[in-house]
Amino acid sequence: MRLGYELKEAAKISWVAINSNRLRAALTTLGIVIGVATVSLMGSAIAGLTQTFEDSLSLLGTDVLFVQKFNWATGGGDWREMRNRRDITLRDAKRLERELSMAQAVSVEAQSNGLVSYEERSASSAAIVGANENTAMVRGFLLADGRYFSEADVDGLRPVCILGSSLAENLFPRFSPLGERIKIRGKKYEVIGVLEKLGGFLFGDVDNQVMVPITRFVSDFAYNPDVNISVKAVNTELLDDTRIEVRGIMRKIRRLGPGDKDDFAVNQQDMLMDAFMQTGGTIAAGGLLITGLSLLVGGIGIMNIMFVSVIERTKEIGLRKALGAKRRTILIQFLLEASFICLFGGLLGLGIAYPITLLMQQVFPATLAWPVVLTALLVSIFTGVISGYLPAFRASKLNPVDALRQD
Amino acid sequence: MSLIEVRNLSRLYHMGEETVYALRDVSVGIEKGEYVAIMGPSGSGKSTLMNLIGCLDSPTSGEFILNGIEVSEMDDDELADVRNRQIGFVFQTFNLLARSTALHNVELPLVYAEIDSETRRERALEALGQVGLGDRVTHKPNELSGGQRQRVAIARALVNRPAIILADEPTGNLDSKTGVEIMALFEELSSRGNTIIVVTHEEEVARHARRIIRIRDGLIAADERISPEDRIQVGQS
Repeated sequence: MRLGYELKEAAKISWVAINSNRLRAALTTLGIVIGVATVSLMGSAIAGLTQTFEDSLSLLGTDVLFVQKFNWATGGGDWREMRNRRDITLRDAKRLERELSMAQAVSVEAQSNGLVSYEERSASSAAIVGANENTAMVRGFLLADGRYFSEADVDGLRPVCILGSSLAENLFPRFSPLGERIKIRGKKYEVIGVLEKLGGFLFGDVDNQVMVPITRFVSDFAYNPDVNISVKAVNTELLDDTRIEVRGIMRKIRRLGPGDKDDFAVNQQDMLMDAFMQTGGTIAAGGLLITGLSLLVGGIGIMNIMFVSVIERTKEIGLRKALGAKRRTILIQFLLEASFICLFGGLLGLGIAYPITLLMQQVFPATLAWPVVLTALLVSIFTGVISGYLPAFRASKLNPVDALRQD
Repeated sequence: MSLIEVRNLSRLYHMGEETVYALRDVSVGIEKGEYVAIMGPSGSGKSTLMNLIGCLDSPTSGEFILNGIEVSEMDDDELADVRNRQIGFVFQTFNLLARSTALHNVELPLVYAEIDSETRRERALEALGQVGLGDRVTHKPNELSGGQRQRVAIARALVNRPAIILADEPTGNLDSKTGVEIMALFEELSSRGNTIIVVTHEEEVARHARRIIRIRDGLIAADERISPEDRIQVGQS
């Protein structure tokens, strides 16, 4: 009750003090405004990036294994050693598919790039992906229009293709591409389907790719490509068992002796997440630390002003003490004053960060996350209390006689 | 027991190597309802005595009992409380909060006494009425004349109903006509039973009181009662 009364009165007094010196308060606030704004923006950018990354990763599917030359996990192996591994061939893939018993489906993919054109319109470096009849199901691609490759398309090396949504829009701005013939690196292909827009920040190429049957891909673009094999397990629980089977068969296919190391990698989604969390986490921490410095500078600015204002108001402090203000009362008054300034600055900083975040969203995934907002506000109040404490403590200790003598 | 009991009070200051006695072994008693002037040239120790009586400073040795409370051994916060409840200050330079209204200035001691805002307002208005400023309550100090400012300060000193009113050169910053008005106000307050101590170096001001304590070189040089004939009285009451 007593403390409540004291706080209420101190709040009124602080408010009057701030109000009667608005310019000074505004200039002091500036440091905090900039600090909070940069920290919030940094936080938003990081939150946005992480969200997008997670969204993108979820496209990979939690029940899919990726058999490739390169290991996704950080510290998964020596990069040069992985580079020098033998390619995973189409024959390896076919044997794996034949021998696997636990898989629901196996997709074989190879990738290249090159010019894709329709009449006058062209895309110079679209991704050209060779895929089999299972790829759409395994990778979770959905069709917006048309149909997907049939087994006959793949086995018969048919010159048919499926366009990613962006590529389809670019080549056919006015009408449906279905049934049209486009040129891929000079070879003619008939468009039989268009993929739904996938979005995603990291795997944005999917929207800008053209898929052709892997068999046709081998005959037209790459005789002996390095392929990726995606194995869809029956369900997520069986993923580990499937992984063991895949590894055993691959070692047999690659003729590895009992003492040899794997010369291939079996990747899954969460490895990429771990890798991202490690490097991304470090970058985020560094970024927040650097922007946090600007908040610190703002806090020092407040401390500076508070020191000056204590000296400037020595006489007022002396008078208040003469009239019966206790040390604690003076301390609370000055602390509240600093906290008000900082809280106001924090709110203003957020007011600036919010529209900028909206602008950022136009080009870059960013979300103003509530935890970031709350943290920024708490930090700004905390800064106020910390930077207000020392001057307030000094003010409260002033001897009223000496203080009153000041002019 | 007297309202103010000062026994063998000393106050030392250390100035580098030297030790200066601002006050040595002073003993004095002041009764409730008295109107006393403390006089002396600058450097005499009268300000030191006033600071001690006003609980703004602590003595080096000796005893000081105010209204039955032993204050010589109190700490900072306890002294603040005694100042708030027992003493009303009137300063030479008024010491009002420049950006606050007369009403808010007068309310301030009640804020530190933790009195609720309604009672506070009521009592502040009453005090302002007593000093004749009932129609100036929303004015800020820069909208008031010097005499009016000092009246606001006096209202502030009265508002918490203190045991003593301690005025330090209350007319020092006023012209002589206004000074006389302020002294008349003190006389009126005295006649209503308030205990008043005025610190001054002006004989004219001191002669309004009924008793003059003269300080010189940290000692009481004289302690005289003023006969009604010698007293300067402003035809107010």
